[in-house]
Parts: sequence; structure tokens; C-alpha cells
Amino acid sequence: MMMKKITTIVVLLATVGFGAQVIAEPVSSLRGPHDIDQDSSIPTSKRYNKDGEPIARDYVQQPPLIPHKIDSYRVNLKSNKCMSCHSWSNYREAGATKISQTHFESRDKHVLANVSARRYFCTQCHVPQVGAKPLVENDFQPVTAITGR
Amino acid sequence: MSNKKTKECNDMILCRIWQVLKKPSVSYSLGTLLVVGFISGIIFWGGFNTAMEMTNSEEFCISCHEMKDNAYQEYKQTIHYSNRTGVRATCPDCHVPKEWNHKVVRKIQASNELLHKALGTINTREKFEAKRLQLAQNVWRAMKATDSRECRNCHNFDYMDFGEQGRRAVAAHSEGLDAGKTCIDCHKGIAHELPDMHDIDPGSSIGNI
Repeated sequence: MMMKKITTIVVLLATVGFGAQVIAEPVSSLRGPHDIDQDSSIPTSKRYNKDGEPIARDYVQQPPLIPHKIDSYRVNLKSNKCMSCHSWSNYREAGATKISQTHFESRDKHVLANVSARRYFCTQCHVPQVGAKPLVENDFQPVTAITGR
Repeated sequence: MSNKKTKECNDMILCRIWQVLKKPSVSYSLGTLLVVGFISGIIFWGGFNTAMEMTNSEEFCISCHEMKDNAYQEYKQTIHYSNRTGVRATCPDCHVPKEWNHKVVRKIQASNELLHKALGTINTREKFEAKRLQLAQNVWRAMKATDSRECRNCHNFDYMDFGEQGRRAVAAHSEGLDAGKTCIDCHKGIAHELPDMHDIDPGSSIGNI
């Protein structure tokens, strides 16, 4: 009887102690352990890779990656900085990759005289690269149709 | 003969001033005239240049709301305003020549800008946008004509280290400049937003759909 009582007290104390520990731990939200009236920590800006050769694709439908910096390149209704090198009229002189013909089609497959509005905003699909480590480890391999191995 | 001419002059004020200026001084010594002339020359010349430099500051440029609300706001987003090293190029660094004679010519041309300020040619955002292509083309034309002289006050092609430049920059700078191109041919819209480029380069603007 006495033994049972002691065991109960020990278990109770342990539970209370454990419970207190749980309460003491700060709640970690997505914005980090910052009070609501405090600014969350500002992530360091990543540096884009220096201009390089075109980057090989990893899967067949992949939009080609941008192998250079695009800081302060504006794309709006008035002008598209990307197209000052990648357009059909400019790519030869600029030595740039020509914009694909698939970008001159409406969604109903009608062929247009200029870049389709739905393909006009380049960075919706094409992105520059930074030397960032992958957030989640993976062992992805490109398909052999691309690598040739 | 001389008296007769002076008499003819009586009614015309300019003519009378000229007659006074033509006469040798009778009450002041040559030394006094020289010293006073020299000192007032310094004051006039210094004052002229000081006044001209006052119109050559960012504060003066954006004292006009047309510039403050449009050109200046766009420039604030660019590398010539804020960058890693804190070196800045203000409005006159790019838009007013450094050399005195070119500067005075530009300042005289600016009287046209004063006229359009008075006329209110670009006193709203809409008017400014409507005029943007023409205004940009004026600057591009001037830059092209002077071989981008104002860019070269800071960016000297002879001292560019191609080893430090990216692959695209090396290609463009070594080939483009040999082919007689100048900075503004490629570097348009670096400090202000571009106008609608559809008429300039149809491939690089979607235009009206």
C-alpha cells in the first residue's frame, strides 16, 4: 500500500515536471521565435551565379535556366529587358539563345506575330541560379534521353 | 562734329550711355579703375559660377515636382542611387556635362525646360508617360552624339578589367565598342524606366494586344 502510494507520487511528480517542461519551451512558428511586435530575422540575400555557359536541362519539359544575373532587368508592358537579347531580331547580335517558337502561340494554338502575352513574363518559368544547398536531400538523376548515358 | 553727334543723342538713352563710356575717366585714377575692375570681375565671375553650380545639384533638380515625382522616384530604385560601395551618380553627373563650355551650352538649352515647366507640359503622371518616349529619345540622341561623354566621366573604357567582367559583358564590350557603339546603345533605361519600346524594338515589347 505504502509502496503504491510512493509510486503514484513519483509518477505524478514526473508528469507535472514533464508537463512544466513542455510549457516552458517557446512556441516555434514559421516566422521564428520572435514576438509579434518584433521583426522576424531578415534572410541574407543570395548572390546569383556569375555569367556562365548555358545550363543543361534535367528533364525534357524543363524551361531552360538563366545562366546569368538578371538584377534590375524589368519586364513590363512597356518593355522586356530579356527580349533585348533573346528576341528573334536581337539574338544573333547578342549571341544569346533565341526565344522558342512555342512562345508565339495563343492558348488555342493560334500562331501570333509577336510573343504571346501568356509567355511574355519570362521569370514565371525561367529563373537564375544561386549556389544554394538543397533544402531537402534528394538523389534525382536526369533522364538518360537528356544525359545520353 | 562730335558735339553735333552728342546733340543727336539727347533723346536716346542707350546712345547717351555709350557716349559716357567712350569718354576717358576724369575723376578716377587708372589704378583705382584697374583694382575696382579686377575685384568686381572676381566677384562677378565667382558669383556666376556659384549660381550655376547651385542649379547643378540634386536638390535643385528635384525642387520641381515633375522631376521629383517621376524621374527621381525611378532613379531611386537603381544602382546609380544605392549600391554596395555607396558611390552615387546624382542627376547632374549624367545630365550636365562637366567641361565648362559644354556645361554652359546645356544650361542655355535648359531654358526650354523652364518654358515647358511654365506651360505645364508634363505636370501630371499621365502627361509625363505620354511624353516619355520623346524625352528618352532626346537624351539617347544627345548621348549618342557625344559618344556617351557623361558616362565616361566615371566609366572609362580604357581602364575596364575584362577579367573582372562577366562572360556577356566581355563579349559586348570588346566587340560592341570596336564596332563603333557607345554606352547608350545598349545601356538604355538604367536609371529611369524605359518608355514603351514597341516602336523602337518591336521584338522586346509586347505592345498593344
